[in-house]
Amino acid sequence: MAKISASVYTSHVPAIGAAIDLGKTAEPYWAPLFKGYEPAKAWMKAHRPDVIFLVYNDHATAFSLDMIPTFAIGCAAEFKPADEGWGPRPVPVVKGHPELASHIAHSVIQDDFDLTIVNRMDVDHGLTVPLNLMCGSPAAWPCPVIPFAVNVVQYPVPSGRRCYQLGKAIRKAVESYDEPLNVHVWGTGGMSHQLQGPRAGLINKEFDNAFLDQLIADPEALSRKPHIDYVREAGSEGIELVMWLIARGAMADTPPRVVHRFYHVPASNTAVGNLILENV
Amino acid sequence: MALEKPYLNIPGTTIFDAEQSRKGYHLNQFCMSLMKAENRMRFKADERAYLNEWPMTEDQKLAVLSRDLNRCIELGGNIYFLAKIGATDGKSFQQMAGSMTGMSEAAYRDMMIGGGRSIEGNRYIGEKK
Repeated sequence: MAKISASVYTSHVPAIGAAIDLGKTAEPYWAPLFKGYEPAKAWMKAHRPDVIFLVYNDHATAFSLDMIPTFAIGCAAEFKPADEGWGPRPVPVVKGHPELASHIAHSVIQDDFDLTIVNRMDVDHGLTVPLNLMCGSPAAWPCPVIPFAVNVVQYPVPSGRRCYQLGKAIRKAVESYDEPLNVHVWGTGGMSHQLQGPRAGLINKEFDNAFLDQLIADPEALSRKPHIDYVREAGSEGIELVMWLIARGAMADTPPRVVHRFYHVPASNTAVGNLILENV
Repeated sequence: MALEKPYLNIPGTTIFDAEQSRKGYHLNQFCMSLMKAENRMRFKADERAYLNEWPMTEDQKLAVLSRDLNRCIELGGNIYFLAKIGATDGKSFQQMAGSMTGMSEAAYRDMMIGGGRSIEGNRYIGEKK
C-alpha cells in the first residue's frame, strides 16, 4: 500500500523564483535564505519520494475570476510552468501522477470533500518555487507531482479546520492505494505577509514562530484558529498558512520527528518558513 | 441577516471578499488579459482605447491609468490580478506593494530588510502604537 512518509512546509515567494532564474542566489540579500534551505535540499536528496502531493495556491494564473474552485486536484499527466506576465519560468515541466491523483479524488470526494477535478492546468510560482527550494534546479523534477490548488485569493477561503480534516481524508486516500508508493505531502505559502494597502509589508515573527511550534506539537488546536487571527496578525496574504494544515492533517496522529526548521525575513515582502516533519 | 465581516476594522487592509470580487470582476479580468503578450502590446500602445474595450466603470479606468493601486483595490481589484499591470510596466511585486504605503521605494525596501512593518499598532483601526 502507499504511505505518507513525510511532510514539507515552505513559503513560495515569487521573488525567490526570480532570484534563482536570474542567478542571484549568492548575492548578500539572498544568500542567507538559500543557505537556510541547504539542509532541506540534502534531506530531499536522501529521501526522494515516489510522488509529491503539493498543496499550493494559484495566483490569478490558471484560475481567473471566471471560476474559483475552493479545492482543485490536478489529475493530468503533465503541467506546464505558466507565463505569469514575465514569460514562463525556465523550469522543467511538472509530471503528474494521474492514477494516484484520480484515486485520491475518488476517495476524498466520497469522504464529503467536494474537489474540483482539473485535467488541464498550467502551474505558477506557488508550485514551482517550492520544488526549486527543495530540489534545486535539476533538468527534470525528481518525481511526479500532484498539484492541489486551494483558493486563498477570494474570501472566504476554507477554514483551517476544514483544511486539517481534508488532510486526514487525503491520508486515508493515499493509504488505500494498492501500489507501495512513498508519498510526501507538502504545504506551501505564507508565512506572514501583506501585499496590499497601506499596511503592506507587515511581518509578525512572534505569530509565525508560534504557528510553527503549534503546527508541530498541537495541530488539532491550531486547526481551530479562526481566519480573522491569520488576517489580523499575519497579514491579508498570511492566510495562505491554512494550506499548511492540509499537509499536517495528512501526517500520522502520533508525534512526528522534526527534521529541519528554518525561518528568515525577508524575501521581498514576505517572511519565509521551512519545516520538515517525518512520520516516526 | 448581514454577513459577518470581522476584518473591516483592520487598518490599511481591504479583504478581497465576494462583494469586492463582484465589484471588481471586469477590472480584474482586464488585468488577466495582460497575461498575453499581444494584449500587453495593445494596452501599452493606447491604454485608454484598450480599457474602453472592457465594461469597467470610469473610476476603475482612471485608477488604472493613474496606477493608483489603493484606488484599484477599493474599486474591487485584487493584488494578484493588479500585479499583471505591474508586470506590464516592468515593476516588481515589492515596488507595487511599496507604492501603496506612501513610502519611497528605498524606504519600503529598507523597512523589509529591517524585519518588516511591525504588528504593534497595526491590528485595529485607531489602535495606539
